[in-house]
Amino acid sequence: MTFILILISLVLIAIVAVQIGKVSDLTSKIRGEEEVQEINNKKQGLYSFIFLFVFLGGVIVSGAYYQNYFLGFGPHIPASAHGGELDSMFKVTLLLTGIVFIITHILLFYFSFKYSGRRNKRAAYVSHDNKLELIWTGIPAVVMAFLVIKGLDAWNDVMADVSPDEEYMEIEATGYQFAWMLRYPGPDGLIGEKNFRLIDGTNPLGQNWEDTKNLDDIHVDELVLPVGKKVRVRITSRDVLHNFYLPHFRVKMDAVPGMPTYFVFTPTVTTEEYRQQLKDYDEYNIPVNPDDPESPLLWEDFNFELACAELCGKGHFSMRKIVRIVSQEEYDAWISGQASYYDAVIKGTDSDPYKNSEL
Amino acid sequence: MENAVIQEPQISENDLIEKNGFDDHFHDHHHGDKFQSNFITTYIFSQDHKMIGKQFLITGMFWAIIGALMSLVFRLQLGFPEESLAWLKPVLGKWIVVNDAGIGTLAPEFYYALVTMHGTILVFFVLTAGLSGTFSNLLIPLQVGARDMASPLLNMLSYWFFFLAGVIMFVSLFVNTGPFAGGWTAYPPLSALPMASSGSGTGMTLWVLSLVFFVVSVLLGGINYITTVLNLRTKGMSMWRLPLTIWAFFITAIIGLLSFPVLVSAFLLVMFDRGLGTSFFLSEIFIGGQALDHVGGSPVLYQHLFWFLGHPEVYIIILPAMGIVSEVLSVHSRKPIFGYKAMVFSILAIAFLSFIVWAHHMFMSGVNPFISNIFVLFTLIIAVPSAVKVFNWIATLYKGNIRFNPASLFGIGFVSMFISGGLTGIFLGNSAIDIQMHDTYFVVAHFHIVMGVAAFFGMFAGIYHWFPKMYGRFMSDTLGKVHFWGTMIGAYAVFWPMHYIGMAGVPRRYYRFDAFGTFSHFTELNQFITIAAIVTFGFQLLFVINFFYSIWYGKKLTTKNPWKATTLEWTTPIDTGHGNWPGKLPAVERWAYDYSKNEGSDFTPQIVPLSEAEKADASHH
Repeated sequence: MTFILILISLVLIAIVAVQIGKVSDLTSKIRGEEEVQEINNKKQGLYSFIFLFVFLGGVIVSGAYYQNYFLGFGPHIPASAHGGELDSMFKVTLLLTGIVFIITHILLFYFSFKYSGRRNKRAAYVSHDNKLELIWTGIPAVVMAFLVIKGLDAWNDVMADVSPDEEYMEIEATGYQFAWMLRYPGPDGLIGEKNFRLIDGTNPLGQNWEDTKNLDDIHVDELVLPVGKKVRVRITSRDVLHNFYLPHFRVKMDAVPGMPTYFVFTPTVTTEEYRQQLKDYDEYNIPVNPDDPESPLLWEDFNFELACAELCGKGHFSMRKIVRIVSQEEYDAWISGQASYYDAVIKGTDSDPYKNSEL
Repeated sequence: MENAVIQEPQISENDLIEKNGFDDHFHDHHHGDKFQSNFITTYIFSQDHKMIGKQFLITGMFWAIIGALMSLVFRLQLGFPEESLAWLKPVLGKWIVVNDAGIGTLAPEFYYALVTMHGTILVFFVLTAGLSGTFSNLLIPLQVGARDMASPLLNMLSYWFFFLAGVIMFVSLFVNTGPFAGGWTAYPPLSALPMASSGSGTGMTLWVLSLVFFVVSVLLGGINYITTVLNLRTKGMSMWRLPLTIWAFFITAIIGLLSFPVLVSAFLLVMFDRGLGTSFFLSEIFIGGQALDHVGGSPVLYQHLFWFLGHPEVYIIILPAMGIVSEVLSVHSRKPIFGYKAMVFSILAIAFLSFIVWAHHMFMSGVNPFISNIFVLFTLIIAVPSAVKVFNWIATLYKGNIRFNPASLFGIGFVSMFISGGLTGIFLGNSAIDIQMHDTYFVVAHFHIVMGVAAFFGMFAGIYHWFPKMYGRFMSDTLGKVHFWGTMIGAYAVFWPMHYIGMAGVPRRYYRFDAFGTFSHFTELNQFITIAAIVTFGFQLLFVINFFYSIWYGKKLTTKNPWKATTLEWTTPIDTGHGNWPGKLPAVERWAYDYSKNEGSDFTPQIVPLSEAEKADASHH
């Protein structure tokens, strides 16, 4: 039934459309093609000019309305040490492209309006202007050179791996369909070896228990990190491509099966501090559940999140883990409360190579 | 404008062609015209470039509608995830899961299949075949002054390989395990392992098969375009007298010829990994409860091979649109295109650079960050020739006498879209910003505006402009203008808000946003986008109606050259037969852009010899 209705309305629209076309053809026959064309040129030129204002106005108003979602604006501040570099790159680029956007659009639609065709007018024969062309080749070249240099400066800084003499902690994130597994090194600070052939029901990462570095490794459900401490995330995948994405920390890196990747960053804001700054913004002062005014406000409920940003199959949109940034003391308390995976699950089972020996 | 009959130059064009033209004795050899003697050779297995162009166009339109409808279905899911889609059950069958309460939901695997198919269809079938295929075929012989393509047979095969590719892709929509659902880029291991995604089974095999045939089509077409432009230009048509359309199609064909084979090699290796147990792209995978034997491969290698085509591909899409817009804006502003040589050199520069920027799609893929330095540099350099083109288009309008019609409106709209989408490329090409923006809705906004909408605008400009040449009738002007304003406003309404969503960090290719607090702020905006998409689609139906109605009932052409354009296609008879010119081939005496140059008529066709005054002027072209 719906289908027939849609079909009928489509046919009706078609008939109306065809009739509109016919009527305008008729007008041009009565009034003369040239006159009709000139009236039309005036009209369309004017519409172009109106569009200019509507469009630029819409861009500016909507941009102002959503400004709190721009990088580095409002509450959308980075929660990592390097995030500021990205955000300032973003702002500089926004400023420069914004200027070009506005100027070119004004010229484009103003010229359309100003030079809309008239019967008694002629266009000027202007085929080129070497000086002008040199200028508008040169200026973009200089601006681009500036953006390349500034951008690469930030990039090489952000992407630099840790140096051996630096103090940092290393953790591992492994993507699989469709979740993240997080592994912490334990007291020795070292992550143990793993081999995908060792993966089974009780050993989801394929840790090699003969490697003693593995024995104190911890599996956790939340990514908890101490504020101000440099962390190197070793990013791996068990099956297809995933992407380790921490939007608030400006961190993103593919997880590639067979090729561990990494991202180094330093959290600078605790979850609690971030919530406090969100408190000042109206859009975070609404209940989490709009139907239940008693539910916590958005800022109270806020959490940093880990997501997947590389299509990995039908559950791609659901690979969420909570990220908690806490003070060093809280972190120490939390990590000391976690049992190593070996102790909790493997020890004493058939998978345990030390089952019959003293360790 | 149809009063042009009265204003035609003193000597008729036919006399000029007879006087100066080149006699290739074509019609002595082609009596009875065996190529177009019956229905099948005229309309189906045609070897006439104009008919093949129309075949590409109408097939492209078919796929555009399919691809757009797919996007509406997944937009409904994104905008109104709680609404029941049970009414789609008759069409989508088992992919709509209806629960006990009668609420129908789109299956996630089919959502991803729709996204994948939408991308594949639009990029390859519509914006490559439908755009480049249509206009290269129609315009290259007509504008260089050739009887037909260098090889009409290969040209015909080019269309039929495309048709075959389409049939296979269409069949793949109906296989039991679903069409391919791993994204149009088909990254392994997801695309290589049927256990990773149900669409990676038969669906993926058919997808690859279809695209291999498609590449055959592109190569056959491309060889033809290149040969025709190089060898079949008429007397006097030097390279520097070619209209910019031809330059664009010519360079596009070269890019395609060099890059598409690399895509096939990537596909071949994926198929080896799937079927023969090789490990080009697979390593250390545990999936479906077992460890696979593959070790030593690299998924990143596939990405290099894919983007070695994938990036030039976006220029394969946009260059023909640029060429068309250059021509259309010049004709309807009654002015020469500003900076013709700069336009040609910027096409060449863009084409060259397009081959050395591919890894900017891979900044976050795990390649060595040092490598990215080089790709950032070359990527942002592309902004320079692109900016030159934009300034030249704007300068073409300056002091013009612009005739507004759907063609010129879409030309102007193209420039706006290209500016808006091009500028966001400067964000994404800078790897530091790309850390945050990569794979978010910001990217979706960027490429839809700059190569989706802009290329469509170029295509619409071309269709409205050359429709009279194709069918001897006009499309309705009024409907065309309504179509333009609806599409211009609608397309911005759909894609502009995606910038905001992307800046907030929302990733693309998400079936729902509510799993994450961070990504669930945009419920209303997503509804707005979905509604805008539906409305914009409605305006495209207006175009389709206008197109097919006008083929049979549009206003008839009364003159050969309705737009008063200088180029050769408008010297052919209204009802252009096989061989294009009834007598001799026209000889070219000047470049393609002598508008408003000489006294009297505001255009001087390419076949008109230089006047004494022009010869004296050393700066002529």
